Amino acid sequence: MTTTGAQALVRALEHLDVDVVFGIPGGAILPAYDPLFDSKKVRHLLVRHEQGAGHAATGYAQATGRVGVCMATSGPGATNLVTPIADAYMDSVPIVAITGQVPSAAIGTDAFQEADICGITIPITKHNFLVQNADDIPRVMAEAFHIAATGRPGPVLVDIAKDALQAATTFNWPVEMDVPGYRPAARPHGKQLREAARAIVDAKRPVLYAGGGVLKARAAQELHAFAELVGAPVITTLMARGAFPDSHPQHLGMPGMHGSVAAVTALQKCDLIIAIGTRFDDRVTGKLSTFAPGAAVIHADIDPAEISKNRVADIPIVGDARDVLTDLAAAVRAEIAEGRTPDYAAWWRQCDGWRRTYPLGYDEPADGSLAPQYVVERLGRIAGPDTVFVAGVGQHQMWASQFVSYEKPYTWINSGGLGTMGFAVPAAMGAKVGRPDALVWAIDGDGCFQMTNQELTTCAIEGIPIKVAVINNGSLGMVRQWQTLFYEGRYSNTDLKRDRPQYLPDFVKLADAMGCVGLRCESAGDVDATIEKAMSIDDAPVVVDFVVGKDAMVWPMVAAGTSNDDIKVARDTAPDFDYEMGEVVSES
Amino acid sequence: MSKHTLSVLVENKPGVLARVAGLFSRRGFNIDSLAVGPTEHDEISRMTIVVNVEELPLEQVTKQLNKLVNVLKIVELDPDDSVLRELLLVKVKADLSTRSHVLETVQLFRAKVVDVAPDAVTIEATGTADKLDALIRVLEPFGIKELVQSGLVAVGRGARSITDRNTLRPVERTA
Repeated sequence: MTTTGAQALVRALEHLDVDVVFGIPGGAILPAYDPLFDSKKVRHLLVRHEQGAGHAATGYAQATGRVGVCMATSGPGATNLVTPIADAYMDSVPIVAITGQVPSAAIGTDAFQEADICGITIPITKHNFLVQNADDIPRVMAEAFHIAATGRPGPVLVDIAKDALQAATTFNWPVEMDVPGYRPAARPHGKQLREAARAIVDAKRPVLYAGGGVLKARAAQELHAFAELVGAPVITTLMARGAFPDSHPQHLGMPGMHGSVAAVTALQKCDLIIAIGTRFDDRVTGKLSTFAPGAAVIHADIDPAEISKNRVADIPIVGDARDVLTDLAAAVRAEIAEGRTPDYAAWWRQCDGWRRTYPLGYDEPADGSLAPQYVVERLGRIAGPDTVFVAGVGQHQMWASQFVSYEKPYTWINSGGLGTMGFAVPAAMGAKVGRPDALVWAIDGDGCFQMTNQELTTCAIEGIPIKVAVINNGSLGMVRQWQTLFYEGRYSNTDLKRDRPQYLPDFVKLADAMGCVGLRCESAGDVDATIEKAMSIDDAPVVVDFVVGKDAMVWPMVAAGTSNDDIKVARDTAPDFDYEMGEVVSES
Repeated sequence: MSKHTLSVLVENKPGVLARVAGLFSRRGFNIDSLAVGPTEHDEISRMTIVVNVEELPLEQVTKQLNKLVNVLKIVELDPDDSVLRELLLVKVKADLSTRSHVLETVQLFRAKVVDVAPDAVTIEATGTADKLDALIRVLEPFGIKELVQSGLVAVGRGARSITDRNTLRPVERTA
């Protein structure tokens, strides 16, 4: 049937089961907004800034496992999507960004609101398309969703020239995709799996290092089964928090710059790393040349380019994390059936020692101010394990990863790879839209919150009752922490100068102005009651201004560029590993 | 460091060169030479890329290239089992007193003169980089006025074809 390119676009979205698009209209994308107005299946949420649309699409995708969709016009609309696209690329999140482009005849003329968004986003998309022919729209949309969601997921941008949206075309569905060069990974290789299984049962000190790929593959159950079969210590990266229950006795916590001593040290001292869906990021390895010096590496990832990129793998396995965990479990069972049973008892004594001696903790601030860690801890406890927590970037993010106990997959959403301040509010909005029945708490910093809080207006208008805990320390806390530690306490431009005669900005008034309920909490005694008050409101978004001290620091810490061996549990305090190691040597 | 010659089959679509070239620069790999042109299939172009890297970074380059949706196939050509050619056009000073010497050199290298002016000749030569370097060295004393050189193009020896439709599948490089 005859239709326009714009109508074909909306119909394609309907056929692709898109239920929500986050976006803002403008000149070049206007033709698409007209049929969108009539769609019964696709709900469009009018955000306040295109960056909010992009992060909302990411929050939606991370919470649901489905492709998130955002839409913007050409030029500045499209460039405002650059940050969320880069963010989704670093964290392998399946989103499709649809942008209007100036009419074909005007491309290349520096036309009004023209930007080469395809050129701009080549390095930060899994793939992108420039569509100049209306007939191509349905096929390209199908290809975009296919590429975004399969293999290693990632963002795909579809830039559509205005004349292609306006032109007459015919709409047919389904369409035949034409991506001969796109081949997501196949099943993991049997020989590699057998080798890996043998290495696992032969190992004395293995660590199961699980990353975000486990969640992307929806393989938390498989991870659980595999971990219990093998019996090795498990660590979950920042992107994998919730993939394995924090309360599980085999869980040593998170590795990396602010990981637990037990997790960081187990990696350093292990003889075998079983890495599943993870990429040996510099925030995990610390100084690469000193990372896990005695370990052989089994590295399974769906993206062959991740394997041996940073740390050379001894046993590479290319495959989806769920396939890998399933097949590897079978291979380990075969080893056990032949009488080769792993024995990690001595290793567990060592790991338990680190865990017992160096649990996560914090000191009460000397100045009597509210401890931010306490707020996060209580929030986790009161909101419970079914709550979806969404963080921004900085100290509050690290505390949220440390002091909330994650028991279930898809209850933790954050910006890991790109480290995008301002991620929390729009991503929480997207998560709540995707899972309206879930309780969604954003844990944000006051610096982050001031970057993207405008989306609370969207939340209030559209009936998206998220809750936001602003951990307000009046400063760019993580940067301030580095200035404390590495710049002799010279706080260049990290003080947000909130303490005027009254708080500036006043987040309670700001919340009120945006149609949200604003609450404030300034002392430990009020924390529980304030959280409970916030939890009792579900007909409006809630913002809680937790006014905390500015001197709290995130510990443990491996300073950037240093070895994981140099982890500090507090300022100038290193764990006493020699003592710990000596203990084990005498046992073995 | 060692030189590697990659034949990369890509979809013949706008912007593919930018995707490939951009990948090299942002991942920090230097391209020694790059040539792009059509193949016997209209919808496929062939890039010949010479990179100067160690074995491990080379593996990373090919894996990253393979991830580009428009890249169909990558083959590393073994220089001992391939025909490698570059094209050189060079304008050399040649008046009545030197022209015969210049033409002698042209003959020695089995090159040819493609344009003549009263005080210069333009020479066309093809060959390996070594042969062309040697030619340039011999011509230099006469005075080189202008020089332009193509990227390397290469094809494997024997009857097999990397663009064979049956073999147009990913090179499943084991990780």
